[in-house]
Amino acid sequence: MDKMTTISQPDDATVAGMGEPARSRTARRVRGLSDRTIAWLFVAPTIALLLAINIFPLVWMIRLSFTSLNLSMSYLPLRFVGLDNFTDILGDEDVWLRLQTTAQFVIWSVTFQVIIGFGLALLINRQFRGHSFWTTIILLPMMLSPAVVGNFWTLLLQPQIGPFNYLISLFTGVPPSAFSMTGQVSLAPWTIVLVDTWMWAPYVMLICLAGLRSIPDYIYEAAEVDRASAWRQFWSITLPMTVPFLMLAVLFRAIENFKMFDMVNLLTSGGPGSTTELVSITLKRAAFEKWRTGYSSALAIILFVTVFGAANIYVKALNKVKQR
Amino acid sequence: MTTTVATSTAHSIVEASPRSKAIASGLVILYAVITILPLLWIVATAFKSQSDAIAYPPKVIFEPTLEGYVNLFTVRTRQTPDFIAKLPPPETWYDKLVRQRDMVIAGPSKVVPRFVNSLIIGFGSTFLAVFLGTLAAYAFSRFRIPLADDLLFFILSTRMMPPVAVAIPIYLMYRQLNLTDTRLGMILLYTAVNVSLAVWLLKGFIDEIPREYEEAALVDGYTRLQALRKVVLPQAVTGIAATAIFCLIFSWNEYAFAVLLTSGEAQTMPPFIPFIIGEGGQDWPAVAAATTLFVVPIVLFTVLLRKHLLRGITFGAVRK
Repeated sequence: MDKMTTISQPDDATVAGMGEPARSRTARRVRGLSDRTIAWLFVAPTIALLLAINIFPLVWMIRLSFTSLNLSMSYLPLRFVGLDNFTDILGDEDVWLRLQTTAQFVIWSVTFQVIIGFGLALLINRQFRGHSFWTTIILLPMMLSPAVVGNFWTLLLQPQIGPFNYLISLFTGVPPSAFSMTGQVSLAPWTIVLVDTWMWAPYVMLICLAGLRSIPDYIYEAAEVDRASAWRQFWSITLPMTVPFLMLAVLFRAIENFKMFDMVNLLTSGGPGSTTELVSITLKRAAFEKWRTGYSSALAIILFVTVFGAANIYVKALNKVKQR
Repeated sequence: MTTTVATSTAHSIVEASPRSKAIASGLVILYAVITILPLLWIVATAFKSQSDAIAYPPKVIFEPTLEGYVNLFTVRTRQTPDFIAKLPPPETWYDKLVRQRDMVIAGPSKVVPRFVNSLIIGFGSTFLAVFLGTLAAYAFSRFRIPLADDLLFFILSTRMMPPVAVAIPIYLMYRQLNLTDTRLGMILLYTAVNVSLAVWLLKGFIDEIPREYEEAALVDGYTRLQALRKVVLPQAVTGIAATAIFCLIFSWNEYAFAVLLTSGEAQTMPPFIPFIIGEGGQDWPAVAAATTLFVVPIVLFTVLLRKHLLRGITFGAVRK
């Protein structure tokens, strides 16, 4: 009630008096909570939730990574094995092969996404009629659930009945049942790159578009006055000024694809054999099919550290872009 | 003289030449059409009969049927034609449709409960994440918090973790707490994942609201909380709505946690859709129908979010 009267009073004095701010500052301290208290009250719930759902389990997992816990034999007493899990993983050729598969997937998918995304951004930046509508259409794939995408692409890529093989055979004459995009060792790694690029090239496009639009017109005007060729303008203005944005897109895609699980799990589930078994799928199999909790905790920590390092670089890049 | 030259050349850059515009628009439209084809194919497959869906060569023109949708929502059993002939005449159009295939409806499928789970978990976690995120973002934006940058980085880094790796300890923890396969467990988990995005995005939005408004309100005798409620929040409404939609899309689309931590009670749509099975494998028209229904809200949200999309996907780093 007291506050209400203060507010409803026509406070002409506020504008006039020099002493007013000082009065209100003391009044604030008396009436409400102090800013310090509010700051902590507001931040604490978020930090508490993250501690409970992220950090506590993480610490628990670090402990488990030194044990031989296997959930399918959880009646066995918990046995500490030191660094055995870590040495097992780092000495395991299969794990290194899975990491290689993952690295190849990351490199190729990000490369294609950058080429297509940057190319599309350059074209859309011409601002032709209706570019906004078509941009929205192009953006749709990246908003979809990766799992649902992986699932429906299996239909599109069916050797006999799928429209993809049919279209390829129309253009090349290769019979549609002669190849299987998801079932063939030579094609499957490219299939996951293809679907990932379909989904995420728009992401790179959107960020590049922001980069292109951040370049002030006067720079091009100056270049034009200096009679710089279009080619020259691209290499010395457009590209260098878009690079920070491009880096941002690349880092984010690289981190996301390094963690890739959902889309590939449904598209190929790591097969045929283990040609598309990304490291997240290996981790899922170790943890939730073989129930080797100790071992998979150690593998998870190795992945954590890798992603954390990449995230560090990512945040630094974010700040650089922000400063512009 | 010089000015005219400058403006005319500037014009030629800002406004691309008609020919280059035409080429650009042609290429972009071509890409857009190719990229949208897979989605259109799924929407079309939802209206195909079982045999049309797996026909060779793939059918572009077909007789549309609602079988896929009926199959999605029902469980059916195959019966002999004699048995069906003895039944009382079908009461509804879908009864009739199913009987044409020598089947009778045995009951509803699990799709509705799964859809409801997606809605409850999606909206529950979005509400919590946006609520907590708004408070934290306001504090980070307006107050001097010790180690603010480190805290913000910590908050962001929790989202960088591979979901499968996070799921291992969560699985163990939820087993102890009886939260496995519960909506509450999933809401808490998605809130934790979404809150990092919410804090980062909302901090950006609140940073953009001039402090002067609040200062004026404080001088007029509002408390901090009143100023937040009556001055800042109304200004941040668009930002809060955009953030909420991003959180909702994440929870709606999430698969890894859902498939590893739920099996029935709390299962959402993404792990359910691939396992819609008919006689002999995936029931593609029904899967396509589920996918269509699942994707429609996302398409609407994408259109709504168009202006804020860039911000959302870069954690507020790029704003234009």
